[in-house]
Amino acid sequence: MKRTYRMEDLDCANCAAKMERAIQKIDGVEAASVSFLGQSLTIEAQESEMARIVEEAVKVCKRIEPDCRILKR
Amino acid sequence: MKLDLSRKQKRNFYRILICLVAFLILLVIDKTVWIEGRVGGEYGFLLPFFLYLGIYIAIGYDVIWKAVRNVGHLQLFDENFLMCIATLGAFALAIFRGVRGEEIEGFDEACAVLLFYQIGEFFQSYATGKSRKSIAALMEIRPDFARAARETGLIEVAPEEVAVGERIVVYPGERVPLDGVVLTGESALDVKALTGESLPRGVKAGEPILSGAVCLDGTLEIEVSKPFYDSTVSKILDLVENAASQKSKTEHFITRFAKYYTPAVTVAALALAVIPGAITGEWSVWIYRALSFLVVSCPCALVISIPLGFFAGIGAASKRGILIKGSQYLELLNRANRFVFDKTGTLTKGNFAVVKAEPQEKREEILRLAANAERGSSHPIGRSILAAYGEEPEEGYEQRNISGEGVIALKEGVRIACGNEKLMAREGVTVQKLEGAGSAVYVAQNGVFVGAILVADEPKEDAAAVLSALAKMGCSSTMLSGDNEAIVSAVAKELGVDSYRASLLPGDKVEEIEKILAQKGKKEAVCFVGDGVNDAPVLSRADIGIAMGGVGSDAAIEASDVVLMRDSLSALPLAKRVAKSTMRIVTENIVFSLVVKAMILLLSALGITNMWIAVFGDVGVAVLAILNSMRLGIAKFEEKEERK
Repeated sequence: MKRTYRMEDLDCANCAAKMERAIQKIDGVEAASVSFLGQSLTIEAQESEMARIVEEAVKVCKRIEPDCRILKR
Repeated sequence: MKLDLSRKQKRNFYRILICLVAFLILLVIDKTVWIEGRVGGEYGFLLPFFLYLGIYIAIGYDVIWKAVRNVGHLQLFDENFLMCIATLGAFALAIFRGVRGEEIEGFDEACAVLLFYQIGEFFQSYATGKSRKSIAALMEIRPDFARAARETGLIEVAPEEVAVGERIVVYPGERVPLDGVVLTGESALDVKALTGESLPRGVKAGEPILSGAVCLDGTLEIEVSKPFYDSTVSKILDLVENAASQKSKTEHFITRFAKYYTPAVTVAALALAVIPGAITGEWSVWIYRALSFLVVSCPCALVISIPLGFFAGIGAASKRGILIKGSQYLELLNRANRFVFDKTGTLTKGNFAVVKAEPQEKREEILRLAANAERGSSHPIGRSILAAYGEEPEEGYEQRNISGEGVIALKEGVRIACGNEKLMAREGVTVQKLEGAGSAVYVAQNGVFVGAILVADEPKEDAAAVLSALAKMGCSSTMLSGDNEAIVSAVAKELGVDSYRASLLPGDKVEEIEKILAQKGKKEAVCFVGDGVNDAPVLSRADIGIAMGGVGSDAAIEASDVVLMRDSLSALPLAKRVAKSTMRIVTENIVFSLVVKAMILLLSALGITNMWIAVFGDVGVAVLAILNSMRLGIAKFEEKEERK
């Protein structure tokens, strides 16, 4: 399953790249991409794993850029 | 130039401006009056130090704060952190000199580094905000409401809430919220957001209408034919929103590069400080050079300008009615050198039309007789004859359809036969054979041959020009068709297609694409252009599947990588030009950024440059690369060809 989340206050392109790498490493993530210009996060993973993965992704992003928020829809 | 800033940006802008002015005043006074000397004494350097530190904190408190926070999160290769080390290190070195009673320098530098860093950051935020806005402008096609005709009268509801079959009303100046069919009313439509066409298009009762079009001068009542999520607007928005998340190889390369770049530079800086420092004992010299390294440790210029370039390219294309599903397809389009076309509906109009009537001087009579015979026909050939005749045919004929042969029409002793050779043979009419690509229809009256009509699928007006434009760009073309050899070879010759395959079954097209894909070289890419009618498998199999004619077929959009909103082939060379410019700009940025960074590193290591130049170079490169990327947004791709 593929899901896209909006991100707010993602201010630096390099941080976006770092987040992307970190999220790709989360267990169960098949593919992940953070678009600095689109201010969005796309995650591909099994539906059952999604909730946990998003939780972890939020934590990872907080660590890299504390101001940035992932908007859960 | 009018600056268009958000509140946060505005605040930063003034902060930078004030700090810059204060810094310049301080710098001039410091260099001319020499504050330290004025104050005198052993700790005289403290006054300029605190003055510079004041500006440093004013301009960099957010950077310092981020650095502290990120180090707390163990993000050691964070550019805020590295910037702080570089600048605080410069301060420390200057104090160290001051304490030892040497001539002090470096306060101004530390301050300047952070100042320029902030200017660079500001510029980046401005540039990205600006590009985002251009996409947001595209997003404006999202309708806010639909005015549905319900039992209680006209009420405004969210477009999502309108069901198929409901009636909606659109007033002049409003955007059509859902796809449907016009029931009543007539209006000119602005379809620029959908197809990039600037000329308004007219619509009247009975015609289909696409969401996203703006009603210009009339009120329309529309019966909704698709739910909102299936409507054109939703599909376009989905496509564009997702385009940015599909990254190109170049972008992946940059991300990988960035991953190693910062740690590598940091480690090199450490080595540069420790090793020669220990050997020569000139610690302050080598530490200073190492700090200059840290100034260029952020790969920002690359990380931002490359995606920005692709983004601008996708934006430039979508403005012209070419929707590209991801930046990797821009990359592929640039390399694409084999264009495979579906014939019917792509290179040709897909509808039959009368090409000629022989003998030419009897054209009117031939068409009139044929139209009389074909009156009310639903057969494509019959309809094309009626369309070519243009007038209302005579009534009162008794029509007899002879399946697979034609029509015989009788009225008051007049017997018109209109059909193929078989029919003529049955009627005992000798015909003058008509050659050409298409179907010949012979017309006889009372057993006497009158003339023949050639009916064929017409090539699109721009097909030949587009094929020759592509050929000029070094692309070969292949046409695939299910039609017979004679028709296909004639069309191929007329249009100037390099090669063709005829009599293909739908399944064979995939095989043909496979064959072509197997032949291509490593750096080449194969495009398949189709109208999406039962060629979805081929679209998805090709390197780049290009679906023509907009958002007509869901399967085509799903399977294709590029969607041409306008049913016009001229978008192909245009798309290729956009792709080429994008790749050129992206390559320029990569080379330029890397070369400048490498030069700064080298010169810093040799002690030829100082921190001033390092930060200037670093920020300067970022700004120039961003400006270069933004050029795509204003470039005019249409005119390029004419100039050549």
